[in-house]
Amino acid sequence: MSDTKVIDARNTFCPGPLMELITHMRLAQVGDVVELLSTDSGSATDIPEWAKKVGHEMMGIEQQGDTWHLKVRKAK
Amino acid sequence: MRILVVGGGTAGTIVANNLARRLSAETRRGKARITMLSASDRHMYQPGLLYVAFGQMTPDQLYRDQASLLESNIDFHVDPVTEFMLDQNKVRTQSGKVHEYDTLVIATGSRMVPEEIPGMNEGAEFFYTEASAVKLYKKLREFQGGKVAVAVGVPHKCPIAPVEVMFSLHDYFKARGIRDKVHLKYHYPINRIHTIENVAKWAKPEFDRIGVEYETLFNIKEVDGKNKLLKSEEGTEYQYDLLIVIPQHRGMEVVEQNKLGPGGWIPTDRYSLKMNGHDNVYVVGDTTNLPVSKTGSAAHFQAEVIAENIASIVKVGEPVRDYDGKVYCFIEAGHDRATYAMFNYQNPPDLKPPSKPMHWFKLSYNQMYWTSVRGLL
Ligand SMILES: Cc1cc2nc3c(=O)[nH]c(=O)nc-3n(C[C@H](O)[C@H](O)[C@H](O)COP(=O)(O)OP(=O)(O)OC[C@H]3O[C@@H](n4cnc5c(N)ncnc54)[C@H](O)[C@@H]3O)c2cc1C
Repeated sequence: MSDTKVIDARNTFCPGPLMELITHMRLAQVGDVVELLSTDSGSATDIPEWAKKVGHEMMGIEQQGDTWHLKVRKAK
Repeated sequence: MRILVVGGGTAGTIVANNLARRLSAETRRGKARITMLSASDRHMYQPGLLYVAFGQMTPDQLYRDQASLLESNIDFHVDPVTEFMLDQNKVRTQSGKVHEYDTLVIATGSRMVPEEIPGMNEGAEFFYTEASAVKLYKKLREFQGGKVAVAVGVPHKCPIAPVEVMFSLHDYFKARGIRDKVHLKYHYPINRIHTIENVAKWAKPEFDRIGVEYETLFNIKEVDGKNKLLKSEEGTEYQYDLLIVIPQHRGMEVVEQNKLGPGGWIPTDRYSLKMNGHDNVYVVGDTTNLPVSKTGSAAHFQAEVIAENIASIVKVGEPVRDYDGKVYCFIEAGHDRATYAMFNYQNPPDLKPPSKPMHWFKLSYNQMYWTSVRGLL
């Protein structure tokens, strides 16, 4: 069964949104979707770049107010 | 109120001492009781491990007896918790004792787990434990030249350590007169050389100046110790002669075994520092799941908030303040210069150029730490 886990990385400078995502992707099962919340506009490009390089699947990028919602599916 | 602190490291010790002082009258009158359960009778100053790895401190200098750091009205036991029964306000310990509480503070810290990456334990050196730091020092002394690679697992405590170790390596080999025979290569998991943008901006020209090569978006997949190859999730590899890794971390096993949080990271409210769904359980230091650096500094500022709030609840029934995400980290920029990064949830750090006085301040802090955990600083 796949699962969506929400990671709140809003308003954080260290470890920062991508580090938080990597932490939770390591703990997730293949097939799980992790939704990252970030207020760092850099996340909108950093997260897809990382996902593509490692081979995970971007499921959605959406901005609501000043929060970015980035959904990534663990593919391997 | 029966207050139980689980963990006698940086966070637990500051919470307990701060509370013991604030509640001295209440503990005398039997209105409050403070108990600490820990896994060790010794307290280690972990930042000193970086100095051990470079022969600037010896391991014995890192320790104090835990009992000697605690106020006399703290009931201290070396008896690690094996079971958390949060619905019954009880914990069970290794010796089989059951401790009941009204308020629980969980401060069990985090641990490196190099065994989770194939080949890492066999093929890499570390400095996050006493034994590994001493071993690394011996390796560095033997090293006569070649390629030194540094790589970083996620998550890890002390996010400044990766850049500090590069500056230390440069100064160490320079002092030995073999810097020209050593190639230094830094590997970092995200797409800049440090997760804090201003630290990355500052460190990049410094790395260029001292001749450190770097590769970003490098997450360690495997260490092939036989062929001395470091491989990334992103598909690249690097041939090294000496590999130094800051391994990925988890919270303590007891946290995972009791299903308090995946990875051993306990879901915590970022302002009140209470465990989600548990009004009488506080979480502090490395073991929180907060998006805050796992540092002694964060542990310290969080511990003060928790102690002030619990004391105020005992005295007037209400807490006094929230944690604002504050962290203050020294950054050693080699063996004779340092700077610092101070930030919170709202404000990023503004880095000053490294200076000698900041380095001396850090060296004094290495001693002042013991005053700080006693709750006097
Ligand atoms: C090499 C290195 C360099 C560092 N440099 C810095 C730095 O420059 N600045 C900085 O701010 N931070 C630094 N840190 C990080 C800092 O040491 C930690 O973040 C800090 O110690 C966290 O405090 P803590 O109380 O959460 O955990 P710890 O201090 O690790 O304490 C955990 C405690 O819990 C106890 N415990 C474990 N299991 C149980 C159990 N089952 N029951 C009861 N007790 C238990 C342990 O015995 C220990 O007493 C560094 C760390 C390392 C390794």
